[in-house]
Amino acid sequence: MDSPVNHPAHEGAVDIDGIMQQIAEHKGCGTEGGSGKASCGSGAGQGDLPTEIWEKVKNHPCYSEEAHHHYARMHVAVAPACNIQCNYCNRKYDCANESRPGVVSEKLTPEAASRKVLAVASTIPQMTVLGIAGPGDPLANPAKTFKTFELISEVAPDIKLCLSTNGLALPDHVDTIEKFKVDHVTITINMVDPEIGAQIYPWIFWNHRRYTGVEASQILHERQMLGLEMLTERGILAKINSVMIPGVNDQHLVEVNKAVKSRGAFLHNIMPLISAPEHGTVFGLNGQRGPSAQELKALQDSCEGEMNMMRHCRQCRADAVGLLGEDRSAEFTTEKIMDMEIAYDSAGRKAYQEKVEEERAAKVAARSEELEALAGTASDITVLAAVATKGSGLINEHFGHAKEFQIYELSTAGAKFVGHRRVDLYCQGGYGDEDALPTVIRAINDCHAVFVSKIGGCPKAELTAAGIEPVDEYAHGFIEKSALKWFRTYLERVASGEVEHTRHGDASIRQGALINVA
Amino acid sequence: MAFKIVSSQCTSCSACEAECPNEAISDKGTTFVIDPAKCTECVGHYDSPQCAAVCPIDDTCVVDPKFPRYQAA
Repeated sequence: MDSPVNHPAHEGAVDIDGIMQQIAEHKGCGTEGGSGKASCGSGAGQGDLPTEIWEKVKNHPCYSEEAHHHYARMHVAVAPACNIQCNYCNRKYDCANESRPGVVSEKLTPEAASRKVLAVASTIPQMTVLGIAGPGDPLANPAKTFKTFELISEVAPDIKLCLSTNGLALPDHVDTIEKFKVDHVTITINMVDPEIGAQIYPWIFWNHRRYTGVEASQILHERQMLGLEMLTERGILAKINSVMIPGVNDQHLVEVNKAVKSRGAFLHNIMPLISAPEHGTVFGLNGQRGPSAQELKALQDSCEGEMNMMRHCRQCRADAVGLLGEDRSAEFTTEKIMDMEIAYDSAGRKAYQEKVEEERAAKVAARSEELEALAGTASDITVLAAVATKGSGLINEHFGHAKEFQIYELSTAGAKFVGHRRVDLYCQGGYGDEDALPTVIRAINDCHAVFVSKIGGCPKAELTAAGIEPVDEYAHGFIEKSALKWFRTYLERVASGEVEHTRHGDASIRQGALINVA
Repeated sequence: MAFKIVSSQCTSCSACEAECPNEAISDKGTTFVIDPAKCTECVGHYDSPQCAAVCPIDDTCVVDPKFPRYQAA
C-alpha cells in the first residue's frame, strides 16, 4: 500500500496541458478504497503527484506538508504598498511581540533584501524558498518586488522564488512572473460572489480609481480568476489562500474551492480568521469571531474531495525566517546582516539537503512499516493526537517547551496530519506561566493523546484529568509510526474494555489572543 | 495647490509614492512627504488625487491649507 501511482514520463519539452490535466484529475487526499494513504498528495511524499509537480513542490515548505518538516523559507518585506483594503487587515499595527500575517518589523530595499537572503541561506542550509508575501501586495509595487527577485536570482540561483498576492494586479504581471522563473504563486481568494466580497473588502484601488462596494469586489473577483487562469496556462503552480470568516464566507468557501479547482489551482489553504479587538482591524473591532478548530477542520474536510487541502499553514509573519512554526527573523535584522561575514556555499547547501532527503526517506519507510502492521485491523474509531515536535518528523520536543502542537487524525487508514495548534499565545512578559497549562489544554482538548519527548509530573496529571493521555514512551521516534503504534494499543484497550472510547470536545484556535504589549 | 501627508497618520507603506504622476512624493524614513512645488492634485492626469485614493488610512493625504486649491494657476 501507499505505493506511488505510475505516471507517464514527460520527457524533453514539458507538456503543460498534460500536467494541468493531471493536477485537475488529482483528487488530493484519499482515504477511499482503504488505500491507507496518510495524507494529501502534497502531504505525504510524492504520493500520486506527477513527477514534474513533485519536483517543484518537494522542497517547498508551504506547498508540501511533508517538506515543511525539513525545509525552511524566508519572506522579505520589500513592497508594503497595497491596492486593496481588507476588513481583517490593519496596516497601522506592528508589534514586535506578535506574529501574524501583514506584520513586519523592518522594510527592506531590494539590495538589503538580497543581502539578507544570502545571510540566511548561508546560516540555514535548508532554506530553499524566498517569498515576497507582504505586508501589502507585492504586485502593488512591482518594481521593488521584481528588482528583489532579479538580485536574488543572480546571487543565489538555487533558491526558489514565490510570491503571494491578492490578485488584483496579477494579470498585468504574469509574463514578468514567468520571466523571473517564479514558479509558485499564492492568490488570496475569499469569495467568488461579489455580494459576499463587499462584506470583506471596503475598497480597491484599480486603474487610478478607488472603487467600493459590490463593484469593487466584482472587479477583484474577475481579476483573480483571470490571473489564476493565466498562471495555469503557463504551468506556474498556484496555491489559493482563503480566510474563513464565520457567518460571512464560511459556507461560501466550498464554492470558492470549486471555482479555483476548475481553473487549475494546485492547493487550497483555508485559514482561520485572526481577529482580536487589539489588532484594530474592522473585524476585530466589530466583534467578528474566528472559527473554532473543529469548524475549520470540517470545512477543510468538506473541500478535501475536490482538491489538495493545505493544513500546515502557520499564518506566519511577512518577514518570517526559518522552518514553518519557528521564527528566526530576530537573528537577521538589517543591523545584524550588515555585520555578518557571508560565504555563500552552494555545494555545502546541496550536501546538507541531500542528507535531509535521506532522513525523509527513512521516515517514509518507517511509516509504511507501521501501516502494514496496522493493516487488517478494522475499526470505525478515529482520534486526534497532538504531537510536540521540533521538526524532522520526530517526537522530539519537551511538553513544556512546545510552542505549538501538530495534530494528527489517527484511524486504521493511517495517521493524517490535520493541522497545528499554537500555544505560545500567552504573553512572555507579564502574563504568568501558571496560565500556560490551561491554555495548552484548551488548545488540544479535542485530542485523545499528546506525544512528547518528556513531560513533568504535574502537567501529566492535569492532562490525564482533562482526558488527554500524555505519551512519552516514543520520545525521538518518528511521529506517524509512533502515533500509529500507540493507536493500535488504544484500539486494543478499547476492545478489552479497559478504556471506554468517547468523543472529545472542540478546541479553540488561537484562544486568548496575544496581549498587546506596549 | 498641493496635497500634504499627515505624518502622524502615515504608516510609511509607500502606496502613494508609485501612484504620484508628478514624482512629488518621497520617503523620509518614518513618513512619506509631498513636495508642494511638484504636486498638482493630479489635475490633468486623473479624476482624483492618486495619493488620497490609494492611501489605506483615511484623512492622511489631505489638502495643505498653505497651498489651497483656489490658488491654482
